[in-house]
Amino acid sequence: MTRKRVVVTGMGVVAPNGRGLEEFSAALKNGTSGIKFFSELQELKFSCQVGGKPRSLDDVKNEYFAQDRLYALSDAMLYAGIAAIDAYRNAGLVIPEENSDEVDHDTGAIIGTGIGGIDVFAEKVYPALQTGRVRRMGSTVVEQVMCSSVSAFMGGIFALGNQVTTNSSACSTGTEAIIMGADRIRHGLAKRMIVGSSEAAGPYVWAGFDAMRVLISKYNDTPESASRPLSASAAGFAPGSGAGILILEDYELALARGARIYGEVLGTAINSGGMRQGGSMTAPNKKGVQACIRSAVVDSGIAPGDIDYVNGHLTATMADPHEMKNWSEALERKPTEMPLVNSTKSMIGHCLGAAGAIECVATLLQLNQGFVHGSLNCEDFHTEISAFSQCVPQKSVEKNISIAAKASFGFGDVNSCIIFKKF
Amino acid sequence: MTEMNNEKILSEVIGIIGKHTRNQGALATASMETELLKDLQINSARFVDIILEFEDRFNVQIPDEEADSISTVGDAVTLVGKLLH
Repeated sequence: MTRKRVVVTGMGVVAPNGRGLEEFSAALKNGTSGIKFFSELQELKFSCQVGGKPRSLDDVKNEYFAQDRLYALSDAMLYAGIAAIDAYRNAGLVIPEENSDEVDHDTGAIIGTGIGGIDVFAEKVYPALQTGRVRRMGSTVVEQVMCSSVSAFMGGIFALGNQVTTNSSACSTGTEAIIMGADRIRHGLAKRMIVGSSEAAGPYVWAGFDAMRVLISKYNDTPESASRPLSASAAGFAPGSGAGILILEDYELALARGARIYGEVLGTAINSGGMRQGGSMTAPNKKGVQACIRSAVVDSGIAPGDIDYVNGHLTATMADPHEMKNWSEALERKPTEMPLVNSTKSMIGHCLGAAGAIECVATLLQLNQGFVHGSLNCEDFHTEISAFSQCVPQKSVEKNISIAAKASFGFGDVNSCIIFKKF
Repeated sequence: MTEMNNEKILSEVIGIIGKHTRNQGALATASMETELLKDLQINSARFVDIILEFEDRFNVQIPDEEADSISTVGDAVTLVGKLLH
């Protein structure tokens, strides 16, 4: 069977440096950092006391959800819900009436999360258990803590009758969710998929990473300098949070309804490195990474040289130099011949499970608006990969992009890569 | 006096169930006969939270079997009134 073409017709984003496409796009263009100092982290004796968190949604959440729905939403659900509603409307679609009995069997949702409802567990479940007050926890804990919390409630908002699920593959989650949704449309199993990922903010989500000493701790006084991908002085990532959601559609359906098309999902790949050949729970097998990128290129039916922009995973850890070399190897391009590369994490931090989806929104915005945003805080470019410095803009540049590559890599030695084509 | 107390209880009950009510229009005209699930479209899972809030607000203990008997606003008012007196 001929596979269906998949296009992106809507996007929504709740990011540390902007909510909504207009604000987020402006932040990318202007190099606006969303990384802030959190006194709560200082009080809790975190080494890293900075992070990226979307600004309060208290002033807008009532515009999206009735009081009875808000009552049962965790932060990750709220981020995902607002981004999804924005994306659905952005695609020119009308949210079904609450009292309609019609179910949309052609549309589903794959919304991932990395850490899940650990914040709800810490704030509600654990204290109640420790004090023998299980009965007092109330009814909302399960729907907020269950891994599928960020996707399950979408079913009711959009009357979804197709697959509704959550994936979780650490920092590869968001990109993987988009690929899984695209696969469903490609194979004719759905006509439209709401895809992306969400992650909550705060000490319970970020504590484990602080304990691993993989978070940056030297820039607590200058938070906007803390996220430093590709920098010689990078010494860990700044944790982030938020949500990114895309509306994927069967090209024929999008065409028939005259939808605006942000880009085509030209090719994709998901693989793992088997935690061999240098790979481990926390480090990637470079051959696996390169194979993932190559597979996505082959799946796209393009040549590696056709890619003219790369949105890297690039977290600001010791893995950055390896990643740049992997892109170079996989795309068969010398450092001096590489397309422009940047790290959206330099502005928003590493949004963990939400990273891939927010960064795909960033990729598609750049693709559509003809720019490549600056990669912040790499003025002292990593000496080990100095040959790549010419392909990394430190300030936003105008650039007509036709084909962009986005990849994400995660704990568990898991990889995902999408090739987007401008429409 | 009892009638007055019932009015106060009704007012408090409406306040508590209000935030769990999907159909706010029906809440505005709610009477003792209004059904929580059918008319107000309250998610049945939220009964647990409503009972906890009744217990906190009225300082009573509501046994599960008594809680299960609530289907209308009037049922809630009557039950709370009984436990208070």
